[in-house]
This record gives sequence, C-alpha cells and structure tokens, in this order.
Amino acid sequence: MAASSATNENRGRPEMLWETIRLAIQAIFRNALRSFLTVLGIVIGVGSVIAMVTVGQGSTQQVTADVQKLGTNIVIVVPGQDAMRGGPHGTTASMFTLRINDILQQRIPEVALSAPISQTRERVIFGKENRLSDIVGTDNRYFQAAGWDVAAGRLFEPGEIASGRAVCVIGETVHKELFGGGDPVGEKIRIGALSCRVIGRLLSKGASTFGSDQDDFVIMPLATFQRRIAGNTDVQSLYISIRNGASVEDAMVRITDLMRELRRIRTGEETDFEVLDMKQFATILTGITDILTGLLSTVAAVSLLVGGIGIMNIMLVSVTERTREIGIRLAIGARSYDVLLQFLVEAILLSLMGGVIGIIGGLLLGAAGTTWLSVPFSPSSGIILASFAFAALIGIVFGYFPARRAARMDPIEALRHE
Amino acid sequence: MDNVPVIELEKISKIYGKGDIAVHALDGVDLRVDPGEFIAIMGPSGSGKSTAMNVIGCLDSPTSGHYRFMGYEVSGLSRDQRALLRRHYLGFIFQGYNLLPRTSALHNVELPLIYMGKPRAARREAAMDALRKVRLEARAHHQPNELSGGQQQRVAIARALVGNPKVILADEPTGNLDTKSSVEIMDMLRTLNRDTGLTIVMVTHDQDMAKYADRLIWMVDGRIERDERKSRAA
Repeated sequence: MAASSATNENRGRPEMLWETIRLAIQAIFRNALRSFLTVLGIVIGVGSVIAMVTVGQGSTQQVTADVQKLGTNIVIVVPGQDAMRGGPHGTTASMFTLRINDILQQRIPEVALSAPISQTRERVIFGKENRLSDIVGTDNRYFQAAGWDVAAGRLFEPGEIASGRAVCVIGETVHKELFGGGDPVGEKIRIGALSCRVIGRLLSKGASTFGSDQDDFVIMPLATFQRRIAGNTDVQSLYISIRNGASVEDAMVRITDLMRELRRIRTGEETDFEVLDMKQFATILTGITDILTGLLSTVAAVSLLVGGIGIMNIMLVSVTERTREIGIRLAIGARSYDVLLQFLVEAILLSLMGGVIGIIGGLLLGAAGTTWLSVPFSPSSGIILASFAFAALIGIVFGYFPARRAARMDPIEALRHE
Repeated sequence: MDNVPVIELEKISKIYGKGDIAVHALDGVDLRVDPGEFIAIMGPSGSGKSTAMNVIGCLDSPTSGHYRFMGYEVSGLSRDQRALLRRHYLGFIFQGYNLLPRTSALHNVELPLIYMGKPRAARREAAMDALRKVRLEARAHHQPNELSGGQQQRVAIARALVGNPKVILADEPTGNLDTKSSVEIMDMLRTLNRDTGLTIVMVTHDQDMAKYADRLIWMVDGRIERDERKSRAA
C-alpha cells in the first residue's frame, strides 16, 4: 500500500495544477461581477502606478531631450533661491538690471553672450483674432544664444533696441493663430495698450517639456517691454551662453562671484539669486515629476492595500460559502495542501486579473496622458512586470489566511455544514 | 489476500471531551469485515454508528485501539495520509448526495480522478463508464439541480465507484429518497457487491434497507450489541 509513503504524490504535477487553475477561473467567473468589484482596488492601484510612471518617464525623457537640444552650454540666472519652484514672481529678492547683464558679458571671459529677459503674459490682438501669449522683452543676443532663426523679415536693429521702438518678432504659433499663416511682416498687432509693428517671424521649434508651446510668444526690445508693458526697468532673468571649449562649472563660479559683488552681498551672507545650468534645470523639472509620482504612488499603495483586504474578505466569504464543497473534496481525498492550493490559486488569479486590467487601463491612461502632454509614450516593461509580480504577491499574502482556514477544516464538520 | 480482512477494528474507542463531560462515542469496538462483504450498521441515534462510519472511512481517527485496513495499521495516520487512503481505497455515498452544485454530473464523477492525477481524456472515459454503470450516461451533462434525488444519488454512486475503491461507505444512502428510488439505489448497491465483489459498509436506520446487506451490525451506546450474518442467497 502506497498511501503512507506517498504524501508528496501529485505535488506540482502539471495536470493537477492546471485543474486547480481551471477550477479557480471557474469560481472567479461564476461570480463575475463580485470578482470584478473585489479587484477594483487592485485595478486602481496598479493602473495609477502604471499611468503615473509612464507619464513621468515620458516627461523625463522629453526634458532630457529638450535640454540636449538647448545645448549644455546654457546657464540661466534667476533672482531668489529655489526660484524655479516658486517662479520669478514668487521671490522677494530684487530683480536684475540691464547693467548687470552687460557687465557679466564684458568681464567674464567664458561668457559668449548674455541676454537679459523680462516676460509676462498678455493678450495679443490682430484684427478679429486674439490670443494669450508670452510677451518677452530682450535683445538680439537672445535669438543667437537660444538658437532662434528668422523665417521671414528680420531681427531688431540697434536703434530700435536703444530707443525702445514698438516693433516685434513673433513665434510660429502667434503667426498661425493671428495671421492664419499669411505674411505678418509690416502688420500692426496690439498687446494691451501697445500697438506694435511686426518686423519678423521665427522658425518653429515645436512643443517643449510638459507640452508648453515654445513658439507661442511675441518678442520685443527690452526697453520697449520695460517702458510700455512692465512699467519698470527690471530684468527678470539672464540667459547666458558659454563659449565653446570653456568649462561651464568655472563660468558658473565666476558668474556667482561677480553677481554677489554687483549685488553687494557680503561674505557669509546668503546668495539671493540662482545660477542654473541645464543639467540642474532638468533636475528641477524632473524633480517635480518625481514628487508627483511619489505622491501618487502613495495613493496607489493605499489602494493596493485596500484591494488586498478586499480580496481577503471575499475569499473568506467564498470559503464559508463553499464549506460543504470543501468537505466533499476532503472526503474524496483532497489533502490540506490541495485545498490550500485551490483557494490560494484562486486568490492569486483574482489579484492577477485585477493587475492585468490595471496594467491595461494604466497604459491606456498613460498613452492618453503622454499624448496630451506631447511627451514620448515609452512604457517601461520593468514596471509592468513589477506590477504583475506585486499583484501576485498581494494574492498570496491576502489569500493565504482564507486558504489556510479552508485547508484546516474538519471534513466531518464541513460535510454537515448547511 | 482473501483471508486478510479489509477492515479490522480492535478495541476501537472514540472519546469526545475530557473528564466528567467525556462522551464515549465508541467504546471498545471490535469488527472484522472480509472482502466482498455487504454490511449494514444499525442502531438508535447516539449509538455511535456515525462515529464508527467516520472512523472506518478514515475521516476521523480513533482515540485508542487498532484499525487495520487491508492489513495495514492506519489508526495513527496523519490527516493527509488519511486523505490519500480515502483517495485511493475508499468511496463515499452520503445521505444528502453531496454533489458539487452548478457542476455537471460528469464533472462530479471526475472529481476523485482529478485528485488521483489522471489525465483529462482518461478521466472523461472512466467517468462516463461509471455513469453507464448507474445508467445515467444520458444525463452526463446535467447539473445536480436538474436531476431527481434518486438520479443525484446514482451520480454519487458513480463518483464513489470511479476510482475503483476497495470499500464503499454509504451513510444513510436512502435517507432522503422515496421508496421507489430507495429500492432502486439498494438494488444497485447489491448488484455492485455481488457482481464485482466490492465491499460495502452502510449505515442505515431503515430495517427494509438493511435487508439488502448480508450482515447486520446492531450498535448501542458505542458498542456492537449484535452481529448477524445472513446466509448469502445464491
């Protein structure tokens, strides 16, 4: 007689495992609606993780690509600390001036060009068309440093810059929206109270990080902007290109030192401006994505926990409902292990089902999100596999207790159960 | 082989609870069942016949005494070892049929073979064979709620038979059935016993049903009070 020495028979036999899986699928679909509601927590948890990571990675890739496009030899100086997070208007530090900008360019040998930038958002009107766009005050150095090329017309003349004439160069979006693609050069557009003659339009650069449209702006001489739009003599930021071959790090140290001197900051006192190279700029931008991803991951984790508890709950209900079935199986010759495996497999499949629905939903959401933000959609197979594995883990962890309860039932009691 | 009893109970006791409140459900039962016997265990409620059935069916283990199944000592087996014993050597028929609901007759009959690890095709075939023996092959794809009580019990018999057990244990197999169906079931069990030499142990409280057996065990207070053998009719 083999029974006493064959406790391990069938363990891991593919035939048996397949039957167990088939049985679990049957049980899950017998209560299809209940099963779906049970796994909703897992669906939401996994779905939001996948969607967030997909969108986050798309944004990060876009930022990195943008930064590379801008060139690694660009340095931006803004007033205040953590200025990029608060925005230039969020700081109490005093603004810059054109004089500081020009001194930087003259005195620091690594600096190729330093362009003063001031900007705001304002409604731009031409005929019946109007559009809210970025209004930038700067000079020709900016076009050169940032790599803008003229599509039609011309850039500013020295006289126009010096006297602050009401002339402007428009980006491709403004051109398209206000002029419908027609020739804008020589036309007059209205920006707030200012009437401004269009002297040129720029070649398109397309959307940037987070889908912001780089072509959606009107550029005018700094003096014009200061007098006619802002009503002050502030320069909000400096857009600096470093000479080819010069060290960006060295340049940044020199800029910082000189700026401290010019702004009369004593030794030991804290700097009230920030010098950022594109790497830091990218880090700050992706940092925002990371924070968002982190926050949503917390929500997802809670959702997964709730989902797991849901699965445990429904499995406990299922075990109670099927007490008699368990009794029958035990009487027929199922061991504790067989019953444990049956319910554990059911919980795992249930959880995996939620995981798969969540992965699909999350990818769809991620695709929609990345399209909306115009960033690349490149789902990570790592996070998909991890979600899948995590869903299985939840099934095991939260399914084990109910399955053990089923496995430990006394066959006689279970058969008597009504 | 023929002189080794299928079931041999020796001073089997089953005590529930401890001390003053202890209940002796079985109190030193000695019983020997030879291959091919058809025995009926009778007795008033509380006489221990159900407990005896559970011990014989290896659903429960005795508190003390020896139980040899086909000559092997099984009273000390673990829960899982007993499960394997049931899987390979025992078939159960219950009063309430105990078929899986919302599952076809064929699938119900296949169930023991799944645990035996039989491949799907072989399972199908064996299950259909068993259903043919109880003349229900036409109802193979019906679910229990589409079958009459007598038919459900026949499915249960097919399920008990399908794994070629040494012993069939029937616990009040006709308890839920009308007279006509009861007779049908009992005829079937007796035919099985006569034709295939299958050992059957049945618990019943119905004198008419007990007549089908060729040996009657009468239990009172956890003891066997009478053990009557009928001379087997040819």
